[in-house]
Amino acid sequence: MNDINMSYTLILLALPFLMFLVLGLLGNKMKPLVAGVLGTLSLGVMAAVAYYTAYQYFFVVGKVGEVYQSLPVFNYEWLQFYGELKINLGIMLDPISALMLVVITTVSLMVHIYSLGYMKGERGFQRYYALLSLFTFAMLGLVVATNIFQMYIFWELVGVSSFALISFYYTKPSAVAASKKAFIVTRFADLFFLIGILIISYFAGTFDFATLTDPDAPFIGSAVGATFLGGTALSWALAFIFIGGAGKSAMMPFHIWLPDAMEGPTPASALIHAATMVVAGVFLVARLFPIYVGTTVLEIIGWVGAITAAYAAIVACAQTDIKRVLAFSTISQIAFMITSLGVSGYGGHDGLGYMASMFHLFTHAFFKALLFMGAGAVIHAVHSNEMKDMGGLRKYLPITHITFAVAVLAIAGIFPFSGFWSKDEIMAAAFHHNKAIFALLFFAACLTAFYMSRLYYRIFWYDNNKDYHHKPHEAGPTMTIPLIILAILAAFSGFVPFSKYITSDGKAFEAHIDMLVAGLSTLAAVGGIVVATLMYAKKKDAPNKFTQTFPRLYKWASDRFYFDEIWLFVTRKIIFDRISKPIAWFDRHIVDGFMDGLAYVTQAASDKIKGLQSGHIQQYIFVYLIGALSLVFIFIFFIAFLLS
Amino acid sequence: MKLSEYLLMKPELSLIVVFLLLIFYDLFASEKAKKHYFPVACGLFLVHTIVCFFFCVPDSATAFGGMYITGPAQITIKHVLNIGLFLIFLQANTWLSRPDTIFKRGEFFMLTILTLLGMYLMVSSGNFLLFFIGLEMASLPVAALVAFDKYRHHSAEAGAKYIFNAVFSSAVMIFGISFIYGACGTLYFAELGANMLYDPLLIMGMIFFMCGLFFKIALVPFHLWAADVYEGSPTNVTLYLSTISKGAAAFALMAILYKVFPVLSNVWVDVISIIIMLTILVGNLFALRQKNMKRFLAFSSISQAGYIMLSVFSGTSLGMSATIYFIFVYVFSNLAAFGVITAIENKTGKVNMDDYNGLYYTNPKLALAMMIAMFSLGGIPPTAGFFSKFFVFIAAMDQGHTFLVFFALINTVISLFYYLLVVKAMFIKKNNSPIECVKTDGYLKASLVLSMIGIGLVGLVSCIYEYFASVSFGI
Repeated sequence: MNDINMSYTLILLALPFLMFLVLGLLGNKMKPLVAGVLGTLSLGVMAAVAYYTAYQYFFVVGKVGEVYQSLPVFNYEWLQFYGELKINLGIMLDPISALMLVVITTVSLMVHIYSLGYMKGERGFQRYYALLSLFTFAMLGLVVATNIFQMYIFWELVGVSSFALISFYYTKPSAVAASKKAFIVTRFADLFFLIGILIISYFAGTFDFATLTDPDAPFIGSAVGATFLGGTALSWALAFIFIGGAGKSAMMPFHIWLPDAMEGPTPASALIHAATMVVAGVFLVARLFPIYVGTTVLEIIGWVGAITAAYAAIVACAQTDIKRVLAFSTISQIAFMITSLGVSGYGGHDGLGYMASMFHLFTHAFFKALLFMGAGAVIHAVHSNEMKDMGGLRKYLPITHITFAVAVLAIAGIFPFSGFWSKDEIMAAAFHHNKAIFALLFFAACLTAFYMSRLYYRIFWYDNNKDYHHKPHEAGPTMTIPLIILAILAAFSGFVPFSKYITSDGKAFEAHIDMLVAGLSTLAAVGGIVVATLMYAKKKDAPNKFTQTFPRLYKWASDRFYFDEIWLFVTRKIIFDRISKPIAWFDRHIVDGFMDGLAYVTQAASDKIKGLQSGHIQQYIFVYLIGALSLVFIFIFFIAFLLS
Repeated sequence: MKLSEYLLMKPELSLIVVFLLLIFYDLFASEKAKKHYFPVACGLFLVHTIVCFFFCVPDSATAFGGMYITGPAQITIKHVLNIGLFLIFLQANTWLSRPDTIFKRGEFFMLTILTLLGMYLMVSSGNFLLFFIGLEMASLPVAALVAFDKYRHHSAEAGAKYIFNAVFSSAVMIFGISFIYGACGTLYFAELGANMLYDPLLIMGMIFFMCGLFFKIALVPFHLWAADVYEGSPTNVTLYLSTISKGAAAFALMAILYKVFPVLSNVWVDVISIIIMLTILVGNLFALRQKNMKRFLAFSSISQAGYIMLSVFSGTSLGMSATIYFIFVYVFSNLAAFGVITAIENKTGKVNMDDYNGLYYTNPKLALAMMIAMFSLGGIPPTAGFFSKFFVFIAAMDQGHTFLVFFALINTVISLFYYLLVVKAMFIKKNNSPIECVKTDGYLKASLVLSMIGIGLVGLVSCIYEYFASVSFGI
């Protein structure tokens, strides 16, 4: 099986890293366009390699019997601790990593092309491409990781490159603040991830996924045996690991960084904060799914996802910044994927949720990237993020309009667009698992259709006779071509027979459309769209009336239910005042005081003994002799003392 | 005696060849041909270093009836000494090109190589007599080296102080050796180690013997010569004394304590504990108040010697590898610090710490090198100095010397204070008449760069420590 040499997959990691170095170190010596084209071409090569790899995996080497195996294509021992505990760097192919390779390289390629137009003339154009390469490298390294520690390393690298891209416009204070917020919040969550890794590797004695994802591995027993505060060690580890994933994937209550992260360049948001990095948490849970199955933690994950999905959908309805609407919609959609994992079982048709989650990840990447890029094209045209500066743009931006509409239909889940298929599977999985979670998701799905249509109408219809200072115009082909390609993908990627390829246990199963659930969710989508059409297709008073009727609800939603304020209260009032200040006092008075005392005593002592070093040889010899003799006497005396 | 036994002495033979070649070159070459004396000498020594590195088989063996011992640890310490001395040679070019030294530069190389030969014998000896001969070979020529600049500074005074102290300490040592002979009737290490009894006479002999080596390593209270001599001698000689000579002596002491006096180990462990505490403390206390950079480094090297001893006496293979590793790293750190001092002293004659104020603004590269050297001496990660201290502490902790390690840790904090004073002077303090931009010659530059690489990599490249750990069983 392994006789087919797949070491060419190393290109996937080597090339972007090389590009990062070249563009980062030499970029300023190149013309911006050269740097951009170079980055784009290399990404094109990588995309080709990724497609070929995925093809090889799914159709040639991946299947043993009827089951997709995970293939360690390349494995290099990097650090050996002791025994089996070592850190390897390598490439592992299995259905989800092959899937991610395709998603990442496709979206990244589109973003690279799109940015050639969007970022034209920006200061630091080369730096931007260097960072995109770094991000792509980190993300690919994350998904192909052979062990959880490699994953963690790339996980942090992803965080760093996201940080650098959010603060790309580093002269803007809000961008700097947003990047810090994103970094600190995700880093805080990653701390739990690391603790989880340490716990689980302590019991397993290895970092390797091959052992960690084996539900029959002997370590599971011992990890279940040890309990702490009412939970088994295994559940604590899994819960901590999930917190890390929740940080990156912006689950409640760690979602606060994602809306602010929209300060970064729009194409970077499309790549990192919509299609790829933010699904890392989903990927993490999916990667460790075999040991998550059946634990309480997985149940909690389902609930966290469902609540986040509903919450983010409500908030999205009240936002006026179009990128923020998309940000909350991203949170909501990722929450769908997380929920789907949470309600899934293992193996065969029980693993429907798992399959649906990956399916939704796949389709979502395309339509969400498309939405962001479309929003980018709109922002490019009107130079504003606010809805009030838009309206009636369908006349000026025909291509953006059509592609955006496709994406809206896809995310709302209208047959036969891609979102319908994947979301329907999620709904079905939730419906059969837990009706309450299903209800939350159903509610979120209604709202999704509503706020996405609202967004669409506010941009392209609503104020049809708005007069613009500069007449908005469609962007050049570098921006429209990626839009068209993504629109095609968003429309048709739902027809991929996913359950044949990506399942929880690697065996294919037949997924059916559950007519009841499909009907309900279509009803929800259509309902949402109809309401939004009534309210926003033309400029009228209905929305205002609505907000005036429920002033408090609207205010709360538009202020995101004060989550940011809660976090600020916790950090400022509790952590800073109650914990940090006493520690600072202790540091200043006790620790520093000890050091000051030490310094004082040494200075004084140093002053006292300076006479010893007089420069007289006879004195030196005298001290020498006294030293030697006293040693002899001390020890001979000791002997006499001890022997007597 | 078989001729093949000479083959075990490859490092010594190679060194003697280099020595003879240099003598002939110095004596018989014309003035014109001697123009390239410095590069030729350095090159020859480099060849010797490389030959040793690739052709000395690190197998354990004895020759001449147990007089001469070689093994992986001995070979390794010789490599360390070679590398260190080569870097010292590189730093000496400007000094040896001065009108008052250029005509005797050959002597510098010959004397230094001769002392190195003495150290080789110290390290490889299997008998107290050979050891003593090696020690004297490594001591007496040093007096000439110390007084090399006899019309300058306090060089002649330092030479006189050194020879008096050295002779006295040799007398004490041979007195101690005579006690040992008197008690056991042999001077061979192997026989001594096997037949030794717990005897007060022996304890006295051992302590006197150790005092002689303590003098070489400049441990308190046998260190008083060090400050004056280090300050008075030419900077390159100071460097030689404070690194190579110390390292060789520390290794020899370790080897002898393990081989000859295992029976008395509880005695010498206590002796060394006392000495370590005194050394680290007094070295630090004096270093604190020094204004002269060379004197400052002299005291800092006294306190560093205390750390070397900390691993010497911990008595395990961990301790042995930590010792060699510490010496190796210490050579690099000290070389870098002295290299910068040499560069500045050669051009401006300034050696006071206040003269270093604002060095960063006129000589950023030298200041950075000095900073890294200070960090390494102080033990700040990720420099190699951190790892070497770390391993030494581990080795001592491993044997349960918790109090000593704690004591050493506190003293590390104190030492950081004065190491950082230098950094502060260079980077933060303002100076109205700063040292002008100093141009260094290529050899010194190469030496500094190699030292920087050493400080940077020796700690991070784990295979180096693993190599030392693997050879340390062979004592």
